[in-house]
Amino acid sequence: MTPVLFWSLKLALLLLAVAMLCALYRLLAGPAAQDRITALDCLYINGMLMMLVLGINYSSNVYFEAAMLIALFGFVGSTSLAKFLLRGEVIE
Amino acid sequence: MTEDFIMGPLPLWAEIVTGVFAVVGAAFAAIGSFGLVRLPTFFRRIHAPTLGATVGVWSLTIATIVYFSVQGHSLFLHAILIAVFVALTAPVTTIFLVRARNSAARTTDVGQKKVPPPSTSRPRDNQPPAA
Repeated sequence: MTPVLFWSLKLALLLLAVAMLCALYRLLAGPAAQDRITALDCLYINGMLMMLVLGINYSSNVYFEAAMLIALFGFVGSTSLAKFLLRGEVIE
Repeated sequence: MTEDFIMGPLPLWAEIVTGVFAVVGAAFAAIGSFGLVRLPTFFRRIHAPTLGATVGVWSLTIATIVYFSVQGHSLFLHAILIAVFVALTAPVTTIFLVRARNSAARTTDVGQKKVPPPSTSRPRDNQPPAA
């Protein structure tokens, strides 16, 4: 791995870490519940992107499957929370 | 599985393309998340993470495809699954959240006329049935 790709991946990881910190701030300090769920949605997408970058970094396919699982369960979690805020029940 | 891959150095163009797409995707995700902190109201904040969900996901998908395709000498197209899944599922959560915030704002912010009316009072619902 040349220094070009090495430092590009390190920069990408740094940017994604900053993005996750921003989403975490909104998750903790959001005035409304909808703000917090928006931040949770953003947080799991950032974590999934970080898994993809780590998969390139370590040349491993396992991180790709972890990213897919994060996408799946993050969607289920944030959608059920949003549905709860919308109707008061998750499954009606 | 790992013996299918060549652990030697990749060609330089593949590393440059992978690095550029990874940095661009991560930068878009960071800008979107920073907008989540910086924008003032919820209805503006809901737009910001879409940057990371579209350009960020697609750029990192392209970076993953280029890297693993060149490394494994075969087309690695599984990563498109993630991008398609996110493109299908991200608007669902956004629609639910905006509708929930809309109905909450309709009861608390009465009189400000910033919130669209509920869907039952749309004009076409109040039309008398055609004779």
